[in-house]
Amino acid sequence: MIDTKEFLPDVREVERIIVRFAGDSGDGMQLTGDRFTSASALFGNDLATLPEFPAEIRAPAGTLAGVSAFQVHISDHDITTPGDAPNVLVTMNPAAMMAELPRLESGGTVIANSDAFNQRNLAKAGYQTNPLEDGSLDGYTLISAPMTDLTTQVCKDLGVKPRDAQRSKNFFALGLVSWLFSRPTYPTLQWIREKFAGKDAIIAANEAAFKAGHAFGETAELSASRLAVRPARFDPGTYTNINGNTALSWGLIAASQKADIPIFLGSYPITPASDILHELAKHKNFGVRTLQAEDEIAAIGAALGASYGGHLGVTTTSGPGLALKGETLGLAVSLELPLVVIDIQRGGPSTGLPTKTEAADLLMAHYGRHGEAPLPIVAANSPSDCFAAAFEAVRIAVRYRTPVILLSDGYLANGTEPWRLPQIADLPNISADFATSPNALNEDGEEVFWPYMRNNDLARPWAVPGTAGLMHRIGGIEKEDGTGNISYDPENHQRMVTIRDARIKKIADSYPPTTIEGDLDADLLVVSWGSTWGAITSAVGRMRRSGQKVARVHLTNIYPLPNDLGGILRGYQRVVVPEMNLGQLSKILRAEYLVDARPISKVEGQPFTAAELHHNLLEMNR
Amino acid sequence: MTNTIHTTAVTTKKDWTSDQEVRWCPGCGDYSILTAMQLLMPETGVRREDTVFVSGIGCAARFPYYMNTYGLHTIHGRSPAIATGLAMARRDLHVWVVGGDGDMLSIGGNHLIHALRRNVDLTILLFNNQIYGLTKGQYSPTSEVGKVTKSTPLGSLDTPFNPISVALGAEASFVARTHDMDRAHMQEVFRRAHNHRGAAIVEVYQNCNVFNDGAFAALTKKDARADMLIPLEHGKPVRFGANQERGVVLDDGVARVVSVADVGVDALHVHDETAADLSVAFALSRLADDRSSPTPIGVYCAVDRLEYAGAVDAQIATAQADRGPGNLAELFTSLPTWEVN
Ligand SMILES: Cc1ncc(C[n+]2csc(CCOP(=O)(O)OP(=O)(O)O)c2C)c(N)n1
Ligand code: SF4
Ligand SMILES: [Mg+2]
Repeated sequence: MIDTKEFLPDVREVERIIVRFAGDSGDGMQLTGDRFTSASALFGNDLATLPEFPAEIRAPAGTLAGVSAFQVHISDHDITTPGDAPNVLVTMNPAAMMAELPRLESGGTVIANSDAFNQRNLAKAGYQTNPLEDGSLDGYTLISAPMTDLTTQVCKDLGVKPRDAQRSKNFFALGLVSWLFSRPTYPTLQWIREKFAGKDAIIAANEAAFKAGHAFGETAELSASRLAVRPARFDPGTYTNINGNTALSWGLIAASQKADIPIFLGSYPITPASDILHELAKHKNFGVRTLQAEDEIAAIGAALGASYGGHLGVTTTSGPGLALKGETLGLAVSLELPLVVIDIQRGGPSTGLPTKTEAADLLMAHYGRHGEAPLPIVAANSPSDCFAAAFEAVRIAVRYRTPVILLSDGYLANGTEPWRLPQIADLPNISADFATSPNALNEDGEEVFWPYMRNNDLARPWAVPGTAGLMHRIGGIEKEDGTGNISYDPENHQRMVTIRDARIKKIADSYPPTTIEGDLDADLLVVSWGSTWGAITSAVGRMRRSGQKVARVHLTNIYPLPNDLGGILRGYQRVVVPEMNLGQLSKILRAEYLVDARPISKVEGQPFTAAELHHNLLEMNR
Repeated sequence: MTNTIHTTAVTTKKDWTSDQEVRWCPGCGDYSILTAMQLLMPETGVRREDTVFVSGIGCAARFPYYMNTYGLHTIHGRSPAIATGLAMARRDLHVWVVGGDGDMLSIGGNHLIHALRRNVDLTILLFNNQIYGLTKGQYSPTSEVGKVTKSTPLGSLDTPFNPISVALGAEASFVARTHDMDRAHMQEVFRRAHNHRGAAIVEVYQNCNVFNDGAFAALTKKDARADMLIPLEHGKPVRFGANQERGVVLDDGVARVVSVADVGVDALHVHDETAADLSVAFALSRLADDRSSPTPIGVYCAVDRLEYAGAVDAQIATAQADRGPGNLAELFTSLPTWEVN
């Protein structure tokens, strides 16, 4: 599929480029970025993307609040982040220029739709004079094109109305950028035809705009700016470009297939988690049941009810919803039933920054319930890792009969990267192992079923209604150890609290040994969880290439922590924990291991960049 | 876990009685409701292991512990939601939901109305004692205005819910009322509710002899019933009184109690529980706005409407027929892919 013919001799090759598309919410920037990404993926680059949308669906046109952006990092080698400062910034209007220019690398390339830089739009964005003309962009390479006008012109002959034609201007931008970066054109043209099948006028307009943008590059003598990025070397296999929420949904489906129990998803829509509900609702042929519940409490309740009935109960939400689920989580802890609770974190507290990323729900996941109510926590580290993390959450929930919280975040949810499809046979098996027969003798020597008898994992039997002879009654009231009967006995409560604690801690026995990457003999150890993985990988790589010694550990299982972690932490002079919160994991590590784990915090609604982490880590390594 | 309904060999009340000691206050109305249920179940022919009682929190919600079936005692107010998930996952089960007026209409009001509107196959019993029993006697969303309790020493100010009106407003497909003093009536209404496909709700007037004793006595004590309870019978004129001397007419959409002698039998409203338009049932529910007026009991409506869990399964079946059972390899390659050699 890699069409190397498109490599032209006059094109300068670079290892990687970061392009940021920015415009008004109505300008179709997400789609443009997505298309550019797909073409690059099919071309064979490694890549990572980061979409950023405003919180409002249609913020007033032309305002800073309405700017929507999409960043993509393409490279000829393995990369783990959507990149730091963009090399190229596409701005469809003055507001996008105003909001996004500060990110651009110095001397970078600005592409602008000059038609949108009129008096009204300039004023709305807060410009006194037109930056395309007043010399303020002198330090940059400026490619200014009347995109709206040129698009309307090429569409006129096709009989497309000017208002409809204007909507295709993002394809002009895409065509121009595709030319600049020597992207193959066929994937985009093919996509346009498939996507808008049946709407011939739209196909014609988009194709014409795309080709016009491409031609603009050729004819406007922009060759000096033309760059190419060779395909990256990947391990052999079949790849797809996937975002975190899709990967997570597929991980749930795969795990449910392996466990041979159908998914029951209870969910209430909330950004950035809703797409998991949308995705799972598409796959009813896997036996997936989805319930859009009346609220988050009902959503987790229904999921728990389904788990009681022998299904794989799952509920998806973001921070505010997780707060609502707290009481039912306590019930699930008490009932000891499998349940997967997914929190796609976003900026908080309250509505906070609903479309921006943050990872500040870790302590809520840990402690956000009344009573002693421990439960395992798993966190995904990259968009494609959401697949494995979901699988791990299901494995723990089913094997250990417990609710599990799976943490992802807005960045992972919407960000994409290439994912090598797993071999289905290689996916681990999960056994639901339902109870089918009595497990105890009563005082009269009769066979009876005790719902709180435990196996070697300290897990109790999963006896689902419909099974003859195993009728039992359980609830949130404290249960007698073994029989499961209501018990208010003080010693029994102490015993049950201790068992619930021990049985969750025991899950750590099933983890593989913790991997330490980098220099084992370094002074500095970076410990992390969640989506900081990519930026830390990149920053640690930079440090090591510059001769600095540094080790790093990234945690997938955040509770219970790995058995070998304490020993690892004590082996380093300095432990730092970069987090998108004010230091939640570092607090846990300090409490758990009495080590001086130092937080590096960022709560700006955006992921760490590799550059800022590199800088921070250098400071720490002094 | 197939979705077939099993029937079973003959059982007795004893088979349906769990080994747990019943812990309601002596004299509580909940006892007679429990007995009615344990007597009814052998008659239904269903298997105990296919029966689940789900409840929230409250005195009423202790019910599942006493039935020798599967039982799930959950958290305050959430039982309709939890039962919804169970009933959607397992259409082969008979799922009952039991709760008090606080559980179902206060903290759980939202879940109740949504379970009813979705029409999930649940049989919901609302034990209405017009008080919070388990928390020792605060007023509830069904308590009458002016009720003096520990939390309303000067009398409550809130307008109460009429549970039947709420249920009808929530598009319930089966709505009925019965009371704890008439075991035969309870049994019959529970049987009807159990046989209904979709969400059925039964309000049971239940006496809390500790915190709200005699709340319904004016209606339910033996010598008051003939004059104060209006039996609703499908296809029959709505009449009551020791000599059937009173009846109900619909007057411009409003139900009114009249003397049969005044209006003639033909003028009486003939009860049609199958009417898809619930407005007449609603009008009947408005007859009793306090406990001093005659109150309809029995089945207000029993309407055939799309049952939710079955409809969900039908969508799954269609998806599987159209696309074949799920195939992971196909799923993974459903986005554009590329090969690296
Ligand atoms: C979240 C929560 N809030 C409050 C309570 C306390 N509580 C338990 S039962 C109850 C009210 C019970 O009244 P009702 O539902 O009418 O049942 P009854 O006891 O009258 O049968 C309350 C407020 C609780 N258990 N959980
Ligand atoms: S408090 Fe009232 S409702 Fe509760 S058990 Fe006692 S009598 Fe029954
Ligand atoms: Mg009550």
